[in-house]
Amino acid sequence: MIDKKYIGHTQPAFTVAVEASRLRFFAKATGQQDPVYSIDSAARDAGHPTLPVPPTFLFCLEMESPDPAALRNLLGLDYRRLLHGEQRFVYHRMAYAGDQLTFEQRIEDIYDKKGGALEFVVRATRVTNQRGEHVADLKGVTVMRNA
Amino acid sequence: MTISYDQIRVGDALPAFETEPIARLTLALYCGASGDHNPIHVDTDFAKAAGVGDVFAHGMLSMAYLGRLLTNWVPQSALREYGVRFVAITQVGAKVRCEGRVTEKFEQDGERRVRVELSTTDQNGQTKLSGDAVVALS
Repeated sequence: MIDKKYIGHTQPAFTVAVEASRLRFFAKATGQQDPVYSIDSAARDAGHPTLPVPPTFLFCLEMESPDPAALRNLLGLDYRRLLHGEQRFVYHRMAYAGDQLTFEQRIEDIYDKKGGALEFVVRATRVTNQRGEHVADLKGVTVMRNA
Repeated sequence: MTISYDQIRVGDALPAFETEPIARLTLALYCGASGDHNPIHVDTDFAKAAGVGDVFAHGMLSMAYLGRLLTNWVPQSALREYGVRFVAITQVGAKVRCEGRVTEKFEQDGERRVRVELSTTDQNGQTKLSGDAVVALS
């Protein structure tokens, strides 16, 4: 069983640069044909300073942590048995190519269902930009299948 | 075309779309672009050894597709919340149908907002993702 003492545990904050080339690659990989997400001039014509970070890409940037396996290792999770159960974003302001985004992760909850056959880890992540402005809050639920 | 709060009715559908069948190349591209390098999505040998038979799509790929449904409908700056539950695995070859429907109109934080329910289904009608979003409208 995952040790519930880690509820409330926070990871060291880390900062990730938003690269325009990654945003273009992400647009291609997700079938995004709206030029706002891949062409600077289209983004500016739509009122953005440059390419915007699309709604789910903050999750990808969160995985750019210096040690992406840190939480798995801390909690002893076997990633062959992990499933992504839920993901949620609350948006406070847009983020753009060139931003430096800081991610602060906290383990918000750990619980189990079905007599421990399924264990759940809820991770809450606060995202701020290089001006200290609150960009978004992410909440991810990871499921570990023990049965 | 600008969506206005007054014109929106509960029950209105967002313009739905269906993706091309998810190819292994789609998953390889998403692996690289997303930074999710979990081999279960791209390495068939690994997937077989893990007992799942074959690679399957990243849930977050379908969440990105549903994100397109939202940003096709309103500018992204109007998006306040967006969440999904990953209900079932999306297989290679699936066509992902993205749909949404307005379920609520309300005021919050001094804004007029609507809630939409969202889903992806495959070509057999099986629900894969189920979610919701909150959008601010003027």
